[in-house]
Amino acid sequence: MAVRKIYMDNNATTPLHPEVRKAMSEAMDVYGNPSSLHDFGRGARQLVESARDRVASFIGAKPEEIVFVGSGSEANNAVLSIISCQSKACEHKYQGANEIITTKIEHPCILETSKCLNERGVDVLYLDVDEHGKIDIGQLEGMISERTRLVSVMMANNEIGTIQDIEAMARLVHKHGALFHTDAVQAVGKIPVDVRELDVDFLTLSGHKIYGPKGVGALYIRTGAPFCPLIRGGHQERGRRAGTENTLGIVGFGKALEMRSVEMEPEEKRLLELKALLRKGIEEKIPDVHFVGHPTDCLPGTLNVSFEGAEGEAILLYLDLEGIAVSTGSACATGSLDPSHVILATGLPMEWAHGSIRISMGRENTMEDVEYVLEVLPRVIERIREMSTVYTRS
Amino acid sequence: MAGPEWAYTEKVKEHFMNPKNILVNEDEYEHDGKGVTGNVKCGDEMMVVIKVDAERGVITDCKWKTFGCASAIASTSVMSEMVKGMKLDDAYNLSAKEINKELGGLPDHKIHCSVLGDKALRLAINDYYRRHGMEEKVRQEEARVVCQCMGVTDQDIEHAVLEGARTFYELQEMTKIGTGCGGCKEEARELLEEYKEKHFCEA
Repeated sequence: MAVRKIYMDNNATTPLHPEVRKAMSEAMDVYGNPSSLHDFGRGARQLVESARDRVASFIGAKPEEIVFVGSGSEANNAVLSIISCQSKACEHKYQGANEIITTKIEHPCILETSKCLNERGVDVLYLDVDEHGKIDIGQLEGMISERTRLVSVMMANNEIGTIQDIEAMARLVHKHGALFHTDAVQAVGKIPVDVRELDVDFLTLSGHKIYGPKGVGALYIRTGAPFCPLIRGGHQERGRRAGTENTLGIVGFGKALEMRSVEMEPEEKRLLELKALLRKGIEEKIPDVHFVGHPTDCLPGTLNVSFEGAEGEAILLYLDLEGIAVSTGSACATGSLDPSHVILATGLPMEWAHGSIRISMGRENTMEDVEYVLEVLPRVIERIREMSTVYTRS
Repeated sequence: MAGPEWAYTEKVKEHFMNPKNILVNEDEYEHDGKGVTGNVKCGDEMMVVIKVDAERGVITDCKWKTFGCASAIASTSVMSEMVKGMKLDDAYNLSAKEINKELGGLPDHKIHCSVLGDKALRLAINDYYRRHGMEEKVRQEEARVVCQCMGVTDQDIEHAVLEGARTFYELQEMTKIGTGCGGCKEEARELLEEYKEKHFCEA
């Protein structure tokens, strides 16, 4: 019997939108170098620039404020690296900068890079979050000083979906003369994002989280914001990112955002309904569960749930055997000792944190999918709890 | 259609899907020895109980429960089959490496999850000896301090190896061993190789 396959790991990555696939197939033979002046090059340049226009207009930016990069991680690395740049050619104002502020729930590409900055002599301060994963703007206000050069706060969290009040934070940070960056790879294309309204200096986007291809992302750099390239040695992207443009990826990325501008709103509503049903079903069918993430300020398709006495990797793999794909913050799934830093930052006890799974739904998920999950999940949890040393039926 | 390969062998998958000898009704199962190890806070906990034929000194039944991942479930399941009919001494000496071999191997980073079963088994065997007036047979796995300055024991070194330390530098990062007077470095290097051999080299 063929196992039914249900993909509910859309925060990890998403399937290509059929329209994206079509646009990319059509662009497959455009091999010219966008920097070349001849017809072949101009054809490629046109595709790249029209994609740039789409990306820019989607987030309310000017096309020249968009830099295409290889991934969201690259964009995040590029922004943080400005701070430790010692080059004479760099903006002197930011030389020898001594402090940045970020949060405890950032993606590892921010946390690891911050650690590295710290080793290069930059002080790094970390904002806490409350039980729902929200940052207290009061803590930021108390933390920020004239030594602060950059504040980086993710817009929506990949594991629990919590959305931060970026606009209020950016305004506060600007009052203190520091720069503001937000990693918005999980937000753009899922919830409205407008860089002018948010008043941010830098914003990170990614293609493959929103039904575009992997290997392409973008960085918004506000006109006038200081920037210093991470990858040097080429005039591409106005000297801000060297390397021949990934034409095919950029075309797909542009198309993905074009489709988002049509589909995002109705999908948001639909996903919220599916999530509400899923949550209600889990609560009704499975005892001793705990939901992590903000009840309202949360990505529409993301549901993070923890099952007492059941270990996350075991849950993930039993679900996998039944054709359901989710992810887990359990330590065992990553080979590290500690469970998810995000879940722990919300204050959830260790024993619960090891039993958390993230269900992230997307445009292809249906009501039938939710019903199937609600049929399989209670059985899987019961089975794991039966052999659990720590679960005693309440 | 067969999907892409699991990160685990078919045998691991089989034991994960249909774990053998799970202790379902703890209260109704009369065991002769019980061992519990691990800690939920660290992500895994294991309980193993055994029945023993006292005359022959042979394990006749072995059941278990766990809060653990697929590797812990599969390796304990296969272990519980292996030890049935085994003499207590032989069972005590059963190594995680032999269990992993029976399973067809585990990914390196999952081996530390699989050593809980045999550890709990040894505790259960010791518990049996104690309960049956054979204190003299109880074997202690006492930690021995290798690095006096930083208070690092041989068990700490073994633990670090299971958690991924492969070079002396990595071992130092994880345990701070030899960062005081440095007098233990040579012994620490030897122990590092010994535990790498014990857990990760092909049997």
